[in-house]
Amino acid sequence: MNVHVQGCQVAADVAPKSIRRESGQREVFCGLTGIVWLHRKIQDAFFLVVGSRTCAHLIQSAAGVMIFAEPRFATAIMEEKDLAGLTDANDELDRIVAQLIARRPDIRLLFLVGSCPSEVIKLDLSRAALRLSQKFSPAVRILNYSGSGIETTFTQGEDACLASLVPAAPPNGTSEDQLLIVGSLADVVEDQFIRLFDALGIGAVQFLPPRNSAALPEIGPNTKFLLAQPFLADTARALEDRGAVRLAAPFPLGVEGTTAWLRAAADAFGVAPASFETVTGPHRIRAERALVRYRDQLGGRRIFLFPDSQLEIPLARFLSRELSMQLVEVGTPYLHREHLAEELRLLPDDVVLSEGQDVDLQLDRCRAARPDLVVCGLGLANPLEAEGITTKWSIELVFTPIQGYEQAADLAELFARPLVRRAKLVA
Amino acid sequence: MQLTVWTYEGPPHVGAMRVATGMDGLHYVLHAPQGDTYADLLFTMIERRDRRPPVTYTTFSARDLGGDTAELFKNAAQKAYDRFQPQAMLVGASCTGSLIQDDPGGLARALDLPIPVVAVDLPAYQRKENWGAAETFYQLVRALAGPSAPAPGIPRPQRAAGVRARCNLLGPTALGFRHRDDIVEITSLLAKLGIDVNVTAPMGATPTDIARLGEADFNVVLYPEIAGQAASWLQRTFGQSFTKTVPIGVSATREFVEEVAKLAGVDASATLATDATRLPWYSRSVDSTYLTGKRVFIFGDATHAVAAARIASDELGFKVVGLGTYSREFGREIREAAKRYDVEPLITDDYLEVEAKVAELQPELVLGTQMERHIAKRLGVPCAVISAPVHVQDFPARYAPQMGFEGANVIFDTWVHPLMMGLEEHLLAMFKDDFEFKDGAVPSHLGAGHSAPVADRPVQVSVLASNIAAVWAADAEKELHKIPFFVRGKARRNTERFANENGVATITIETLYDAKAHYAR
Repeated sequence: MNVHVQGCQVAADVAPKSIRRESGQREVFCGLTGIVWLHRKIQDAFFLVVGSRTCAHLIQSAAGVMIFAEPRFATAIMEEKDLAGLTDANDELDRIVAQLIARRPDIRLLFLVGSCPSEVIKLDLSRAALRLSQKFSPAVRILNYSGSGIETTFTQGEDACLASLVPAAPPNGTSEDQLLIVGSLADVVEDQFIRLFDALGIGAVQFLPPRNSAALPEIGPNTKFLLAQPFLADTARALEDRGAVRLAAPFPLGVEGTTAWLRAAADAFGVAPASFETVTGPHRIRAERALVRYRDQLGGRRIFLFPDSQLEIPLARFLSRELSMQLVEVGTPYLHREHLAEELRLLPDDVVLSEGQDVDLQLDRCRAARPDLVVCGLGLANPLEAEGITTKWSIELVFTPIQGYEQAADLAELFARPLVRRAKLVA
Repeated sequence: MQLTVWTYEGPPHVGAMRVATGMDGLHYVLHAPQGDTYADLLFTMIERRDRRPPVTYTTFSARDLGGDTAELFKNAAQKAYDRFQPQAMLVGASCTGSLIQDDPGGLARALDLPIPVVAVDLPAYQRKENWGAAETFYQLVRALAGPSAPAPGIPRPQRAAGVRARCNLLGPTALGFRHRDDIVEITSLLAKLGIDVNVTAPMGATPTDIARLGEADFNVVLYPEIAGQAASWLQRTFGQSFTKTVPIGVSATREFVEEVAKLAGVDASATLATDATRLPWYSRSVDSTYLTGKRVFIFGDATHAVAAARIASDELGFKVVGLGTYSREFGREIREAAKRYDVEPLITDDYLEVEAKVAELQPELVLGTQMERHIAKRLGVPCAVISAPVHVQDFPARYAPQMGFEGANVIFDTWVHPLMMGLEEHLLAMFKDDFEFKDGAVPSHLGAGHSAPVADRPVQVSVLASNIAAVWAADAEKELHKIPFFVRGKARRNTERFANENGVATITIETLYDAKAHYAR
């Protein structure tokens, strides 16, 4: 597999794929859910949701009630009196933040996270963040973003969070081009990429989000950035507003995706093709070898993806091209045409894409199609299994290291396991 | 605003979902934004339900707010009716839905559906999950059973001679702690007494079943948090008495048997004479001697916490050192019970406050919710779960009721299992320097990793709390470490208090034993 994708080519030559657009009941999380992984990723950050008991309950349920020593997130639950007057709500918020900072002196970065109720009552968290920053600066930096369900779907919460970090980042300190990787990755994956970029001679690579808020990347006209995740529309725009340039590429899922993603950076940084081949070749060969047994298990199987994390299109590309699976329907909550142009081009011409959701109609289509495997959220998985349809929880694709060469087979295994399991069980 | 890390209860509409999901033939249309559908996974994942909850979410977004969200609601309700053909519909709003003030009840009525539509208005910024479940159940009962209510003042007709008494079982819902098995246990107990169950609700009932609640002779309230309000209304409206005893534990079950026998006019003596539970004998057997006076901390919903305190104290011979609930609505019950055990009642929904209390009290066993399971794990204290909120492992594959005589057997096993067995505990105390019996060793039948070994944290807490002036001599400190870890913190605290009160500047081995003798009295 050796697909060369041009760096700056835009969607012009993409075959117009038909897209079904649906609205109705959406069986997806809201953007608050991103806090579950973001608070582990940025190790000195605290996420304070300004919302309702529902918000608190959502995060704790989505986290599977993983009780960490003491989590770096909490909810300021609004009560009746907070709704009555915004002055009071602001006073209350100041009190809660003071209480929180006193309790957690280790916190350097505090996000005030907007929710559906705070948006509906128009509680201005950006002003609150400014007001509180003045009070607690420089010990604590206070930013805000919205993870509300009326504005964000699941992974868009990470997009909003990262976009809020961009204005806080310092300008480029050098005149050299710098590579920035954007989107949360598992630490192990980040470290692998650091080694690869180093071997390619691309130099010091920066990451957004950083593991520590003091290590915010330098951003400016010398920044060239690669998106590691397909759901970062606002973050990309904020970076571009500061002069940074996006390197168009497929996403680093599977061998092909990882190669094309790395190549986009290599091309932009003038890495010689032979050198690229030398560095990536052994990794590619090893990863392809690891994928073989999964292609045997998954090849020809029919898969249906419900919309969830916006990873669906890159995943479908990987499943179809590297594992020879047949795509029945590929749902995505939201389709960013520009960021996904390179992905869309690699999908089969007859692929059925759907954007948005009316869950009952989509379930009807799924049942009628009787796919071999369904990728869906936790609310749908057991009911479909009970109907005899094998499922893969989509949330695992967000909580597992799946990017890069060394994880390509792990990613394939996530899809193979439910089928292997079903075949094993006799009772 | 209230700063919340973990919550014991969800919002009130989740309570309504627990009622709707427990029932058949009912559909709930909820005016809610995207994301509120997370609640489905509580049922499909934690309870492993094989069907989606019967809930339609309108899923409005920011751009709908400028437009017609009312129309969105009407469409969703009409489509839900067309698709699911329920016998009745429940309509309401989640926390955000209620802020946009669309009046789901009025909108649904305007659709003129050919089925009963029950609107539930749940104040999301004041109330919580159990309240929401109780209110929803009450509104359903009123709306569906109300039409067959007798005219006021008409007395309840006498049951004809020779007809078996019938009761309703009220309160079980989806996602309830062992509700599934409690129903089976209590239904079979009632059958032994010659009492039939007319309707069990909400769990397993259809709207048609709810409509015939009035046909029973009396009501059995299994979970007062959920069914109390509906039972009071049924008493006022249909003249049905309801039970006050919750049959958790041997004594409570026996009292419950007497109470229902009286309400049904049947003879309970045969049932009471049988040895239906092993708990009393297991508790009397000499092996259980080591349970005597074990310090136990109890926290949960009020019903389960009060019942657990009684079992712990009277049936297992533990010492209740802390008792609390997150159900503020039932604070009175907890305060009364706390008086019986001479402890300070802890009524809070602040997880951190509960954790601080457990750390301070240093119990030898924690009986709580899944939240206390985490607290106990962190502090290295054995724990058993007695109440919602619960997690996936609290929906066991086996039959494991909490109620009735079998429930008492289950409780004996569940609570005793995490503890160190008698002789092992003695050996641990005797041979402190045994290299295999290290500090914080877990009971050997549980294996490594079952309960994280204790950090010195409880000790640290007590050091901070006691405001020491006295200083520990090295040999006294060493002697202190020969005391089993789970009582060491208390020994340290008592010794320091004794030293401070008696003007002892340096704590020696003698001070340690003086204090031991002082507090033994």
